Amino acid sequence: MSDARSRMVARAAREIRPGMVVNLGIGLPTKVVNHLPADFPVCLHSENGLTGIGPTLPDETADRNLIDAGGAYVSTIPGSAFFDSVVSFSLVRSGRLDLTLLGAFEVAGNGDLANWKIPGKFSPGAGGAIELAQKARRVVVMTTHVDRKGNPKLLAACSLPLTARGCVVRIYTDMAVVDITEAGFALCELAEGVSAADVRAATGAPIAIPDTAIPTF
Amino acid sequence: MRLSDKSTTIEAAIAGIADGATVMVGGFGVPGTPFALIQELRRQGQKDLTLIKNDANEAGMGIDHLIAGGQVRKLIVTHIGLNPHAVARMNNAEIEVEFCAQGILAERIRAGGAGLQAILTDIGVDTDLAQGKQVVEMNGRRLLVETALRADVALIHAARADPFGNLAYAATARNFNVAMAMAAARVIAEAETLGPLGTLSAEAVETPGAFVDHVVALGALSEEYGIVRR
Repeated sequence: MSDARSRMVARAAREIRPGMVVNLGIGLPTKVVNHLPADFPVCLHSENGLTGIGPTLPDETADRNLIDAGGAYVSTIPGSAFFDSVVSFSLVRSGRLDLTLLGAFEVAGNGDLANWKIPGKFSPGAGGAIELAQKARRVVVMTTHVDRKGNPKLLAACSLPLTARGCVVRIYTDMAVVDITEAGFALCELAEGVSAADVRAATGAPIAIPDTAIPTF
Repeated sequence: MRLSDKSTTIEAAIAGIADGATVMVGGFGVPGTPFALIQELRRQGQKDLTLIKNDANEAGMGIDHLIAGGQVRKLIVTHIGLNPHAVARMNNAEIEVEFCAQGILAERIRAGGAGLQAILTDIGVDTDLAQGKQVVEMNGRRLLVETALRADVALIHAARADPFGNLAYAATARNFNVAMAMAAARVIAEAETLGPLGTLSAEAVETPGAFVDHVVALGALSEEYGIVRR
C-alpha cells in the first residue's frame, strides 16, 4: 500500500469510537482494524452472520466454516455470536449499526453514493451494500480521491447507478478528509504534502475550504 | 410415540427434482453450501432450473457446475462477483440473473417460509433494484413490494442432523440455510454427521425437523468443502 493510502487507513481508523457496532466494507475499509489496539472495545459485524470478528487466520489454522463477508478466514473472540442472514440484516435495517465504512466509485456533494454498478462493465450485484448504505446510522466512505485515470470521484452528482441517496456524511481519501454538509463538500483535513488547492483541483464539485489552519494527517 | 425416519440416499433425494424446478441452495461462499447435493444434481442433469442462492460460488465450484453444464435458466442472487463464468454467461444473455439486496433476499425467503405473500420495504427504492417492482405509499413513504419466494426444492447443508431432519449448523454456515429450510415444498438436507434420534438435544436444534423432508448423510467431505487457498 502506498504511504498516502496507509495514512488514509490510519486516519479512518480514528472514526471508530469505543463501544460502536461497526461494519467494514470489503477491501480498504477492512484494513482499518490493523490500526486499532488489540483490546479496543468494538463489535465488528459481518453480513454473513457474525458479530465479534476476531483476527484473520492463515490457511493452516483456518476454520472452513468461519469466514467474513469478503471470504477471508477470520476467528471468534470471547463474546462472538453466529446467526443467519435474516438476523444479520435485521440488525442492519433496524439501525443497530453505529457505523459503516464503505468503498465508492462516486460520491456526490449531497451524500449520494454509487459503489455497486458500472453499466456495461461491472455489475456483479450489490450484495449487502444497499442496506448498509441506507440503514447504518453513520455512513463513511474511504476511497482514493481520483480514479485510476485521474478523474474525480467526488462529484456534483453521481453518474453511475446509486447505492443509496444522501447517505454519506464523511469521506476519507488519500488527499483529504471531506465532510458532507447542507452546502455540499467541506474540506476538514489535508494529507501531509497536499494543499487545499490540490484538493480543489481534484474534486469534481465545489468544496468549501476553511479560512483557518487546516489540520493534517 | 416415535419420530419418523427421513434418511435416504443422495440419489433418491435428488431424483425428486424435475426439469424446470425452482431450487433454493444454501450457503454464502463455501460455508453452508451443499456441495454434495449440487454434484448429484449435476450428475442427474435436470435442466431449465431457476436457482435461488446468495452467490454463484466460484468458478469450478458449487453451482458453477450447474451453470457450466447448461442446467440453469435463471439465477436469483445478491452478488456473483467471485464467479467470472457466471458474470460472462449473464453478459452473453445465456442465463437470466435477478439481483436482490442481500437482506431482502433473505427476508423474501423468510416470508415465503412464513406463509406471507410479500414484504414492504424502503430498501433500494431509489436504485435500479426498484425497476419493475410495485411501489406503495404508506405513512408518507414510498415502499417497494418485495414478493415472497418459495421453491419446489431447497438444498440445505447442516453440520449435524438426526433422521427426523432436525438440523444444527456450524459457525457462519447458517447464512441462507435457516430461512431456505422453511421455504420449499421439498426440503433436502445433507449433514456432515447424522446421528440417531436424541443425538441433537431439543435445545440444540436450529431447524425443526418438521420443515425437512429428506436427510442425507455425507461420507468423507470432498475438496470443495475445504479451505479455499488464494
